[in-house]
Amino acid sequence: MAQIFHRSSNSLAKISIVAALLAVGGVVWAAYKINAGSFITDVSVARAQPVPFSHKHHVADDGIDCRYCHTSVETSAVAGIPPTETCMSCHSQIWANAELLEPVRDSFRTGKSLEWTRVHDLPDFVYFNHSIHVAKGIGCSTCHGRVDRMPLMFKVNTLYMQWCVECHRNPAQYIRPRDQVFNIAYEYPENQSELGPRLVKEYKVLSLTDCVTCHR
Amino acid sequence: MKTEEPEPASVATLDPGPEKIIGPGHNFGSVTDEIAGVVFRPFTKTPRQLFIGFAFAFLLVNLFLVAVTWLFIRGVSVWGIMIPVAWGFAIVNFVWWIGIGHAGTLISAILLLLKQDWRTSINRFAESMTLFAVACAGMFPILHLGRPWLAYWLLPYPNTMWMWPQPRSPLVWDVFAVSTYATVSLLFWFTGLIPDFATMRDKAGNSTARRIFGTLAMGWRGSAKHWTRYQKAYLLLAGLSTPLVISVHSVVSFDFAVAIVPGWHTTIFPPYFVAGAIYSGFAMVLTLAIPVRRWYHLEDLITMRHIECMSKVMLGTGLIVAYGYGMEAFMSWYSGNEYERYAFLNRMWLGGYWWTYWLLILCNILIPQALWSRKVRMHIPTVFVISLVVNVGMWLERFVIVVTSLSRDFVPSSWGMYYPTVWDWSTYFGTIGLFLSLMFLFIRGLPAISIFEMREVVHHTESTHDHAA
Amino acid sequence: MKPEAHNYWRSLEELASTEEFRAYVEDEFPNRTPDWNNPGSRRKFLRLMGASIALAGVTGCTKQPKEVIVPYVRSPEEMVPGKPLFYATAMTFAGLATGVLAESHMGRPTKVEGNPEHPASLGATDAATQASILSLYDPDRSQIITRDGNISGWGDFIAAVSRARDAAGLKKGAGFRILTGTVTSPTLASQIQEFLTAFPQAKWHQYEPCGRHSARAGAVTAFGAPVNTIYRFDRADVIVSLDCDFFSSAMPGSLRYARDYSARRRAAAENSSSVPPRLYIAESTPSLTGGLADHRFRMAAGEVARFASGLSSGAPEVQAIYKDLEAHPGAGIVIPGEHQSPQVHAIAHALNQKLGNAGKTVVYTDPVEAAPVDEIASLAELVKDMRDGAVETLVIFGGNPVYNAPADLNFLDALKKVNLRAHLGLYSDETAAWCHWHVPEAHYLESWSDARAYEGTVSIVQPLILPLYGGRSSHDVINILTNRADQSAYDSVRAYWQAKRPGKDFEDFWQISLHDGVMAGSAFPERTPPPVKPAPPVAAASAAQGLEVVFRPDPSVGDGGMANNAWLQEMPKPQSKMTWNNAVWISPKTAERLGVTTGDVVDIELSGRKVQGPLWIMPGQAEESLTLHFGYGRTRAGRVADGVGFNAYALRSSASLWQAAGATITRKSRGYEFATTQHTQTMEEHDPFRAATYAHFHKEPEFARPEEKQVPKDLSMFPMWNYDQHKWGMSIDLNSCTGCQACTIACQSENNIPVVGKEEVAKGRHMNWLRIDRYFDGQPENPRMYFQPVPCMHCENAPCELVCPVAATVHSTEGLNEMVYNRCVGTRYCSNNCPYKVRRFNFFLYADWDTKSLMGSRNPDVSVRSRGVMEKCTYCVQRINRVKIEGEKQDRPVRDGEIITACQQVCPAEAIVFGDLNDPNSRVAKLKQQHRDYGLLEELNTRPRTTYLARLRNPNPELEKG
Repeated sequence: MAQIFHRSSNSLAKISIVAALLAVGGVVWAAYKINAGSFITDVSVARAQPVPFSHKHHVADDGIDCRYCHTSVETSAVAGIPPTETCMSCHSQIWANAELLEPVRDSFRTGKSLEWTRVHDLPDFVYFNHSIHVAKGIGCSTCHGRVDRMPLMFKVNTLYMQWCVECHRNPAQYIRPRDQVFNIAYEYPENQSELGPRLVKEYKVLSLTDCVTCHR
Repeated sequence: MKTEEPEPASVATLDPGPEKIIGPGHNFGSVTDEIAGVVFRPFTKTPRQLFIGFAFAFLLVNLFLVAVTWLFIRGVSVWGIMIPVAWGFAIVNFVWWIGIGHAGTLISAILLLLKQDWRTSINRFAESMTLFAVACAGMFPILHLGRPWLAYWLLPYPNTMWMWPQPRSPLVWDVFAVSTYATVSLLFWFTGLIPDFATMRDKAGNSTARRIFGTLAMGWRGSAKHWTRYQKAYLLLAGLSTPLVISVHSVVSFDFAVAIVPGWHTTIFPPYFVAGAIYSGFAMVLTLAIPVRRWYHLEDLITMRHIECMSKVMLGTGLIVAYGYGMEAFMSWYSGNEYERYAFLNRMWLGGYWWTYWLLILCNILIPQALWSRKVRMHIPTVFVISLVVNVGMWLERFVIVVTSLSRDFVPSSWGMYYPTVWDWSTYFGTIGLFLSLMFLFIRGLPAISIFEMREVVHHTESTHDHAA
Repeated sequence: MKPEAHNYWRSLEELASTEEFRAYVEDEFPNRTPDWNNPGSRRKFLRLMGASIALAGVTGCTKQPKEVIVPYVRSPEEMVPGKPLFYATAMTFAGLATGVLAESHMGRPTKVEGNPEHPASLGATDAATQASILSLYDPDRSQIITRDGNISGWGDFIAAVSRARDAAGLKKGAGFRILTGTVTSPTLASQIQEFLTAFPQAKWHQYEPCGRHSARAGAVTAFGAPVNTIYRFDRADVIVSLDCDFFSSAMPGSLRYARDYSARRRAAAENSSSVPPRLYIAESTPSLTGGLADHRFRMAAGEVARFASGLSSGAPEVQAIYKDLEAHPGAGIVIPGEHQSPQVHAIAHALNQKLGNAGKTVVYTDPVEAAPVDEIASLAELVKDMRDGAVETLVIFGGNPVYNAPADLNFLDALKKVNLRAHLGLYSDETAAWCHWHVPEAHYLESWSDARAYEGTVSIVQPLILPLYGGRSSHDVINILTNRADQSAYDSVRAYWQAKRPGKDFEDFWQISLHDGVMAGSAFPERTPPPVKPAPPVAAASAAQGLEVVFRPDPSVGDGGMANNAWLQEMPKPQSKMTWNNAVWISPKTAERLGVTTGDVVDIELSGRKVQGPLWIMPGQAEESLTLHFGYGRTRAGRVADGVGFNAYALRSSASLWQAAGATITRKSRGYEFATTQHTQTMEEHDPFRAATYAHFHKEPEFARPEEKQVPKDLSMFPMWNYDQHKWGMSIDLNSCTGCQACTIACQSENNIPVVGKEEVAKGRHMNWLRIDRYFDGQPENPRMYFQPVPCMHCENAPCELVCPVAATVHSTEGLNEMVYNRCVGTRYCSNNCPYKVRRFNFFLYADWDTKSLMGSRNPDVSVRSRGVMEKCTYCVQRINRVKIEGEKQDRPVRDGEIITACQQVCPAEAIVFGDLNDPNSRVAKLKQQHRDYGLLEELNTRPRTTYLARLRNPNPELEKG
């Protein structure tokens, strides 16, 4: 009787096995890539804001300290977003009638808050405390990057749990002298490998990896 | 290889009685024709019972779909579970199905290694049953999760949380045990089918059937080389799956044995769960084999010998289970632990579920004792009923273990009763429907009895005839 | 609805702006948003929720939804974002103030704590005060001024009332009436007085459904004046309670009393030199006090009077007790219950004077009520005048007489005869329904006022937030009557005290009073009243046929004013562990005699009036005596309380307020389904609760730690943890716990614990992290009643940690048993393996994610759990972390007592102590050194961090052997 299959089907069968394996691997690989990509993480994606506020200008050009606006960073869990009056303290004088700043003035007039788009947004079951990190010598730029080079704010880190845990397991790699915390341009010295552990001991930094450190 | 049309009438389909494992006058051809005939029979010639059975089963499948949809919308709250009884039907059914699955592997693997020739005509059947049972069982651990969409967190895979499953938890062991078991069973089943696929390919009437069976046969030509490799592979798989028969249900039993709940925390669980599994497994094989054998007139292939052997296995494993119950009772007293003691009293009469315990004793221990008598073993209707009874009994056993134990554990203030809801029941019956419809499809679409192995049987019997002559 | 908007609610800024509040308040009215307890809407909501959650799951839920930050335009003083502020204010019950500190997050009150400075609180509160935060955000509160049911405005109301006043003014105010509850507010009283002086013919009536009527009347009978009596349990060695449940929050000063009494019990347990007080109680229905009593004499409420006169006349059956009292002159207390007749009060006063207790353990002051009157008579007079048509205008301040006035007065019929009826209330309730005008009242956290505590101390009530629903306070309304519609409540209160405290130091005085929450030196001085007039002799046993009926405010919802508070509705009642219901309590024997049982729905007929309610067999209940609780059977309370339980006020008559004889019951149906949180009433064969007498304890100090329960300390398959930082632990003193349930509600408020509704509770799915187990011990007729609070034990060998497949519950380096909601997949294995069954599971989405106003009540430091997630007590880890971080920043160790769990903070009896076991000097470490200390189920080698101090009784040897 006639052959049902062409002889090529033998090789086809063999190839298909390899192909299947590759396909599965490919899917997994793609999944990981997408998850690490900025589509999911929003890393280096500048968000549109009601006012195109430039950290670059205010930090680098004007040299304003972080704490001038983010007042509660040393005392509270949240660093604090400045009230409109803080903006107006300068902008009632300079750029007093710049088109760009109309929303700010409007807010100040009407008493209606500006609505900024959150850039560094942790999941709501994560409880992060700025003040303790600052107190223990973790600098702003370690997590927020070179804000002084950002015309519009964007994330430089994924804020994934693994990113947090990496530092929590070994703070020595990222700790810096307390007086350098707000130095946005801080560069880690060559001897971080000695400096780090020393500071960790000096500041009594604990490597907290209990779940309840962040989740409650 | 014979290719001309079979004439079914050529061989008498008579039960040869308890000695023989195959009817008289069978030759390679007739065996092949009879089994393949079941599949190639024109659609309209399918036995009516099969249609009815499938229709019923399929109805249950739909019930299952409804139940699961509602479950996913509302959450596990649709079931009767609560605190303290946080595990209900879902886990009961899971253990029950896994247990049923065991017969397949046992028959195919262990009996094969033990050279029990009577296994041949039922092993295919049992293996498929295993597959479908495991499929049903495998669903429950996921369905019963509070957040089923996160079930994949039980798998060890690198993730952005830097989290791994917790290796001390028996549930993680389950994941591996069950998935391994499912995989090996599938391989075993498929490997066993390859030569028959080839046969079907060659006997198939139309080209589509030929192509389908051809693809499945993966180019099997039945050459000596094929056969030698085939035998190796088959034995290898048999060797692989033998330990699984023991391991899987032992691991499942750890879910309970590892916990501290009085009534769970027992060292005898692994052996007696395995025994129980085989017990229920064989019961289920009988429950299915007896009607099918009747509808398709396979009395000459699934003979009284098979029925009797399986009854004996049931009797044996049943006694082991009985011993298990006895030990539980003894230990609860012997341990001198107030909570163990109370848990058992609760099981027997203090709690609200006392009747389930006595019902299970009746189903699993008392009634099956009838199988001691050969007359009973030879009387098919009775065997069928007993097999059903045992199925029920084994389900009750899991209910008593899971629910009754949880309903009253340590702190009296937190005791409570669990009442299954309509959704509990529909999920349970739903899976039964799924299982049956898969079985029916299998019987209709694939050789339910291993053709090539039957041929071997024929070969053996013939050779013995020759010596006689 | 957008699921992402309903993510775990935490960003503080979101709710800070009151515009938003206004916005959804508008959208709440008139067609309100679906409520948590409305199953229909819930199901609809869940369908969406379930689907969206499933989708979120598919995408791995790593992509964060877009969130906005809403900063202030001008940020307020002192307000540091992310840090709570505490303001001292006061909550009033029946007019009496309890000082509280209210926690505010970005202008959003989230929690109420007791004010340690305040004499009636000392840092503790009761359950209702804890729950008041939920009432503040209750979406069912009335939200708009209505006239004849139509939306109206404040201006129109002013106009209408002024017109009525001016009309009445022509007749010196005749026909103009004011109805308030008991008033202790000096400001309000003076405002009313001002009005009355301007309109001499106008009348002011007071009525409090569960006020101190008998106490007041009793004082008048005894001293001829409504003297205020205060008890000093810190000085008492022998206490005889005549049906007085002085631990229940219905009793003024109960928090203080619990504190003093338990302190004495504890001291005696800690060193054998100090004597434990002995407590006798004669009562008809099991009370918290009865539970702690050393001797409980069970008798019909009607019998108590004879018991009392027996004491004074030295009847033989009470000899032993009297001897005991005599043996402690000036160190005894005879305390009469509000639910007893004025006569009994008079007898008690006489006994206290006779035994020299007066002035020592029982002190008297001027009445704290601004205008003490016989309120029943006052209400009766009002009703009479209304019926006679003598009342043209009635302004009701906050009361709900249509619901809770004595039935025989037929208040409603009379009310209908009044031309102009105005009602000020938190809810548009039964009374509002029959009033032309209804004005939403401001919650105490929204309004300015002042009030006196049980011993006279004045607290200024200050608001933490603008009225969410545009509510007005009594001061605003009375200001209309006194022609000062433009004057705010703040001005009124301040003006009043300014007048009292002229001089330039007023500002300081005002600021300090506000800050401390108490007005320095405002407590009444003690005074010695005249000798007691001989009390009229007690009538012989009344031959009244039929059953006795005893009324009580409900243990959870009180007089019904807070009935619409779901936390209270779901709070298990201490004695019965029943939720979402009131019931007719009956003793086992009587039930047997009448052939009825728990779950039978019966008609109770009393002097021609009839109510229908389900029976509940209550061990310890007096024979032939039924107990009915007020506060249920509301018809216009809101979606939570409407149609729950039956209204016992319908049986109450002004003649006999608290007890009546001659009731009959007839069964109507069987099998009523209660929702209780505890089904087994006894300890069966186990011994979770351990108790002994002081004598036995001194003989055998280790009685609580029997040999067979001990296991070797290092017995474990897994390596032992070494806790080098902290080692948190808790000790619960069963000798102090009164079972009041305040801790349960405090925990609920602190930890955003959801409410599940009656059906779910009935299924056994209640969510309280901290439950209080109640066991009966002894004869069912008069058993001992034991209370045992059970939070998570935070075991060192935790069975739950072992079995979680995804490591969602794990051990912390400080020994906390952590529960990570966001990791939990919901296998519920941990709950099965928890021998204490303290784990709670979100069987479906219990947390209300759709009612916006309720989000305001949530604690921003704690995740709101979603469906399919396990949860349990965390030792208030958010508080632990807060204190630890502050300590770290100041580079100092955490001090003992710095971390206070919510349950510990609220406990009036100081039964719960939390701290660091690594610090040998910490209070908790010391307590665990005591002999009474034992671990629940310690024989399982779970090594619980929460341990108990065994209960000790101090029985009278004479009675014990007799």
